[in-house]
Amino acid sequence: MLYALCFLLFMIGLYCAVVKKNLVKIVIGLAIMEYAVNLFLIMLGYRVGGTAPIIGRSDLQAGAERVTAHFINSAVDPLPQALVLTAIVISLGSLALLISICIRIYDKYGTFDITEIRRLRG
Amino acid sequence: MSRVLPAFVVAPLVMAFILPVFGRKGKAVATLLANLVTISLLALAVACVGKTGIYEVGNWSSRIGIVLVLDGLTSLMLLAVNTVSAAAMLFSVRYMEQYTAKTKYLSLFLLMVAGMNGVVISGDIFNLFVFLEIASIASYALVGFGCEHEELEASFKYMVLGTVASSFILLGIALVYGNTGALNMAYTAKAIQQTGINAGLAFAMSLFIAGFGLKAALVPFHAWLPDAHPSAPAPISAMLSGVLIKALGIYALSRLIFNVFGVSVPVSWVLIALGVLSMVVGVFLAVGQWDFKRLLAYHSISQMGYVVLGIGLGALILAKHGNPLWASLAILGALFHLVNHAVFKSLLFLTSGSVEMATGTRQLKKMGGLVERMPYTRAACTIASASIAGVPPFNGFWSKLILVIAAVQAGFFGLAAITVVVSLVTLLSFLKVQRYVFLGELPEELQNTRENGGSMLTAMFFLAALCMLMGLLVLVPSMRVTVLQPAVDVLIEGVSHSMKVANL
Amino acid sequence: MKGMTIIVKTISGWVKVLIFLFGINIILFGHLTPGGGFAGGVILASSYVLMMLAFGREFVEKNLPIPLASRLDCFGAFLFAAVAILGLVFGGTFFVNFLYQKYLPGHALHLVSAGTIPLSNIAIGLKVGASLFLAIFALSAFRKDFQRPDAGGDNKRPVAGQE
Repeated sequence: MLYALCFLLFMIGLYCAVVKKNLVKIVIGLAIMEYAVNLFLIMLGYRVGGTAPIIGRSDLQAGAERVTAHFINSAVDPLPQALVLTAIVISLGSLALLISICIRIYDKYGTFDITEIRRLRG
Repeated sequence: MSRVLPAFVVAPLVMAFILPVFGRKGKAVATLLANLVTISLLALAVACVGKTGIYEVGNWSSRIGIVLVLDGLTSLMLLAVNTVSAAAMLFSVRYMEQYTAKTKYLSLFLLMVAGMNGVVISGDIFNLFVFLEIASIASYALVGFGCEHEELEASFKYMVLGTVASSFILLGIALVYGNTGALNMAYTAKAIQQTGINAGLAFAMSLFIAGFGLKAALVPFHAWLPDAHPSAPAPISAMLSGVLIKALGIYALSRLIFNVFGVSVPVSWVLIALGVLSMVVGVFLAVGQWDFKRLLAYHSISQMGYVVLGIGLGALILAKHGNPLWASLAILGALFHLVNHAVFKSLLFLTSGSVEMATGTRQLKKMGGLVERMPYTRAACTIASASIAGVPPFNGFWSKLILVIAAVQAGFFGLAAITVVVSLVTLLSFLKVQRYVFLGELPEELQNTRENGGSMLTAMFFLAALCMLMGLLVLVPSMRVTVLQPAVDVLIEGVSHSMKVANL
Repeated sequence: MKGMTIIVKTISGWVKVLIFLFGINIILFGHLTPGGGFAGGVILASSYVLMMLAFGREFVEKNLPIPLASRLDCFGAFLFAAVAILGLVFGGTFFVNFLYQKYLPGHALHLVSAGTIPLSNIAIGLKVGASLFLAIFALSAFRKDFQRPDAGGDNKRPVAGQE
């Protein structure tokens, strides 16, 4: 059920990137799409009633085997969290480049409206 | 030999971060270092031909770590990527003098090369995504490098579509992880073999076809290519059209379809449909173009259709359990055409860059009679045009012949006929280019053009020589067995190959 | 961009040091607490953004000149690559955690532990902080109240990173 809501957020972002006419609104639509995918990836690792995948000092005093068993039985999956960290960094770089190209387009064309930025056609 | 695999990614990355230290005064030193890196990568790629192996990064076992894989298909793609990047880097020594900020260009170019090498050697699906993003973001910045009106508009269009494609691919990777619990290609293949393809994995497959198809500019997803490739500087157009759309799009798609998911009949028909549509739409839109580079960009779409058609045909024959010899022939034609296209399309873009640097324009109607002033460029352009149109002794002819024979033997006579017709229209379009650019009479504005010298000619001659000699790759049996046949075998064996590589 | 009032300037002069120190804490303890190189680098850059908003662009440019930030950026990336290559030299495989396995294992849950991971965190924090600072500094040169552009291709505004 939550996955369907995540997918709905993805569709909202896709609609925004396809239909809107302002350059900045298209960029915001792309950002919403990337948030939706990151959210979906984190929700994959969730375990009902799980704890954060961190080993603390009190855990270590109990002994090595108990730590591993406790971790495997009750921790949320940490691999999607690492994937999402990487994906967030990638989308940061991509968005920075998009915004700077938007600013340079405004310098050249004087407008943010994509119906007026159409010198290339054919 | 697999011990040198990390060097393909690390060497350009480290050099890309050392180069900005040189600033504006050390431009010559920076150019020299960048060229050294690309030429040594080419030598390393030639040394890796015919070897296989895997490399576990950080000594983590392949169950939990990242692996880099060197097999037949990887070595073929490494050869293609590093050849074109060495030639383009050599060309840009003179060509990029027209732009400012040359050291930044060299850094971005090396980042793009590092990303493409990483995509090709990666054995892990998420690692492939990370390197795909590195190469894509570097190419978005390079397309808009000149910061004129049209370049920025083209770069924005390319970026929006490229980001949508990357989101699709990441969503597909998330679905694959959710359904199989593994990201390493071998372990994912084993899990998919055990559970079969359920609805989530089928949706992931369609997301991958959309995402990688957008990166490869197949026809419903091609809208960014005719704007982005002409606006980029000429060596970047050569890299984009020559290797980026292949390494990021077609290599990744075929690796996932053949080695991870396994071939199936609906996916093969989708690939064949996309291939035919790309071939036909690309070439008919190209015939009416009057801008030199835009025409070449549309022809890229059409030739990518050939490659996807060949791969789809091979997948269909394998999925229906037909004769594996015909599937092998179809995939051989597709992969050979991929490598050929990398060489002759990049040569075409480099000659168009040379013509543009000499005359200052890209419109075919304003040029004419350049054969007297630029004879060497004209020779290179004629060789490349003959290759792409499929004229006999050059390399394009052999790959198209193999594709036609494979289609006829498998019983698809309609596809073979479409292939031949598209080839004839390509020939027509390039005869138009030859007549308008080189033959005819020289207009008065262009009386003072001279031949461009030095490094640009060296790069063009290197690629032209490859065009003439690459037919031998298929005709001489020993070269075919070492270079092309292992790549075909990797795709034919499919899922069993990936499990064999990881000793599962 | 001009600065703000005297109240904002005084307070942000004190607070920016705290933010910078907090960023360094997140980077150094990245192998023990959540955070690590990237999050700490973003916090470092945001302390400079606060200074840019409160004091104006020119003050920040005198404080941390652009060529220095660019060199720090490259140095951070090069340090990360050096850690990975040293793994190859000392450990035999690329990117292996050679400090943990041979030379300096340390005790678990202390600051000096987990081998080369704190070094990687410091390199990434330096690189991300410098890059984000450069990016936001370049983007902040955008003016909304300039004249209509002509058909020329040059840009006379001093945007950082454009030669």
